[in-house]
Amino acid sequence: MLNLTGVEKTFFAGTANERRALRSISLHLAEGDFATIIGSNGAGKSTLLNVIAGSLPIDKGKIEVGERDVTKRPAYRRAALLARVFQDPQAGTAPHLTIEQNMSIALTRGRRRGLGRGVGRRRRAEFREHLAVLGLGLENRLKTRVGMLSGGQRQALSLLMASFTEPKLLLLDEHTAALDPARAELVTELTEKVVADSHLTALMVTHNMAQALRVGNRLLMMHEGQIILELNAAQKRRTTVADLMERFTSVKGQMADRSLLS
Amino acid sequence: MEAAIGQGLIFALMALGVFLTYRILNFADLTVDGSFTTGGGTAAILIYNGADPYLATAAGFGAGAVAGLITGLLHTKLKIDPLLASILTMIGLYSINLRIMGGPNVGLNMRNGERIITVFTPLKQAKLMSSWEIVAILAAVALVFTAAIVWFLATNFGLATQATGDNPQMALAGGISTDWTKIVTLMISNGLVGLSGAVYSQFQGYADAQMGIGLILVGLASVIVGNAILGTRYMALAVAGVVVGSVVYRLVLYYAIYWEIAEAGDMKLISAVLVVIALVISQSETIRGWVNKISPFKSPVIPEPLTAPDLKAEPAEGPTPADPGLAKSGAGKLRWAKLDWARLSTARLSTAKLRTAKRRRPRRDLTTLDAAEQPSPAEAKPASEAGEEA
Repeated sequence: MLNLTGVEKTFFAGTANERRALRSISLHLAEGDFATIIGSNGAGKSTLLNVIAGSLPIDKGKIEVGERDVTKRPAYRRAALLARVFQDPQAGTAPHLTIEQNMSIALTRGRRRGLGRGVGRRRRAEFREHLAVLGLGLENRLKTRVGMLSGGQRQALSLLMASFTEPKLLLLDEHTAALDPARAELVTELTEKVVADSHLTALMVTHNMAQALRVGNRLLMMHEGQIILELNAAQKRRTTVADLMERFTSVKGQMADRSLLS
Repeated sequence: MEAAIGQGLIFALMALGVFLTYRILNFADLTVDGSFTTGGGTAAILIYNGADPYLATAAGFGAGAVAGLITGLLHTKLKIDPLLASILTMIGLYSINLRIMGGPNVGLNMRNGERIITVFTPLKQAKLMSSWEIVAILAAVALVFTAAIVWFLATNFGLATQATGDNPQMALAGGISTDWTKIVTLMISNGLVGLSGAVYSQFQGYADAQMGIGLILVGLASVIVGNAILGTRYMALAVAGVVVGSVVYRLVLYYAIYWEIAEAGDMKLISAVLVVIALVISQSETIRGWVNKISPFKSPVIPEPLTAPDLKAEPAEGPTPADPGLAKSGAGKLRWAKLDWARLSTARLSTAKLRTAKRRRPRRDLTTLDAAEQPSPAEAKPASEAGEEA
């Protein structure tokens, strides 16, 4: 569903601040895979998501989503294939539009938007049905402006908007990090539910190692622009947070040694 | 007074254009000062040369739209800041307008002893230029355009346009080509401005190169005053408010001169002062409270229904505080106006809550990899203690 081949991205190339954010990343996600990505700050996790979504152009390599080469497509033209939930609960929705209008924009993601009615009776019924899944009572507040909702509600709505159209790939960028623990838990549960229900292929960046181990069927650890560890479902089940920390420290040590020697 | 209302209704078309850019697209578009004259001049020169006045008026819309297209291309393709892009177009248009008209002005009364036919000729002949009849006709025209804009904004494309102004990041992620929505909206907006210029030049009987100067302020005043009166809770009222605002603005000017408070030369100053007053009123919570009390269109304060799962999800938060990001962007900036009444009243109740909400940092699990990278304080401490002991 997702294929990255030798993807490279360097920021500020040729200056003193040059930073290689992604070093020849290759990654394959099969249909239905739900991979979590962990790594320290600056490891390149968010950059990876940004280049897949098309917010950042890449220097080298190839990106394919659902067998289609999207390397050169701008972000808005990749939207038909993939959807995204941002870390900031305010980023994924339009605050002055109502819940149903936001849903309408999500529904027409990647389609041609003409002069047809944005929210009609049929669509409204459909939205109500989808919103009911969240269990937040939003289905009764279709005409409420999204800016009136709390962060947790907005993030749940963003998640729904990203997933109910069943995109080929769902990108989750630390989407629970800005929420308090109770609501983060709720959004995590919802995430697992929508991914499982709609059989989505998903890539989730997180800072929470326990969450990364619990959620999904694959785990990737990144460090300095590289994927330094990959676990499959069986390995994941056997691994604990302490194991991960240990692996991380040892790999980091090896890398530091290598850079000293070279 | 009827003539003042008529003028207000003609300028309302221009104000509707300003509404589309300023309110919907969140784009400070100063092209207006130039495109008004472009529309007026194009229509005037066509009519002067014997074209059908209705076609010429439509051409005024087209000419304005082209001006909007230029601003749109400067901004989206050449990445020039909206304000600067529109100023560049506006300045450039001044010369182009002189070229279009072939001089500083075009008269629309007589040519070689023959009466020039404009859309207002029948009304002029019936001596109805300052009558309730003309007000009714112009009001009908304004109503049609108001309805058209309300309809447009509710279409799929209109929603995409609204999202572009509201949250560009979300719009792009939602597959909206924000460049395209901006260009189209700028074209429609300046088309309306050009149309307004075309009608106005026929109304006053001439077009001249100066007729658009300072109009952006008139447009802003109309939008701000109108939205202060009718509110922005419902899109239809927000758009209709622009027309009302334009008429109110003309009436203020009319009475300022009628009662000899001001003379014709003071118009621009009055415009500026009116905008300042309208902005201050809209930002002052006390005055807004008064207005809310007397306004028949005050927005209902929407209770926050806290359903059972909601309560579980939001412990001890009480009513959901208004979006901190919105309140922030509203502070002291022109963005204020996008907030609606209900939200503002919620914001007032929970300012303290907002402050804490702003300060709240994303909480993270303690076992993150960052923690692994930092030497823990426990490790660093013994070294210094050992030093002290020694």
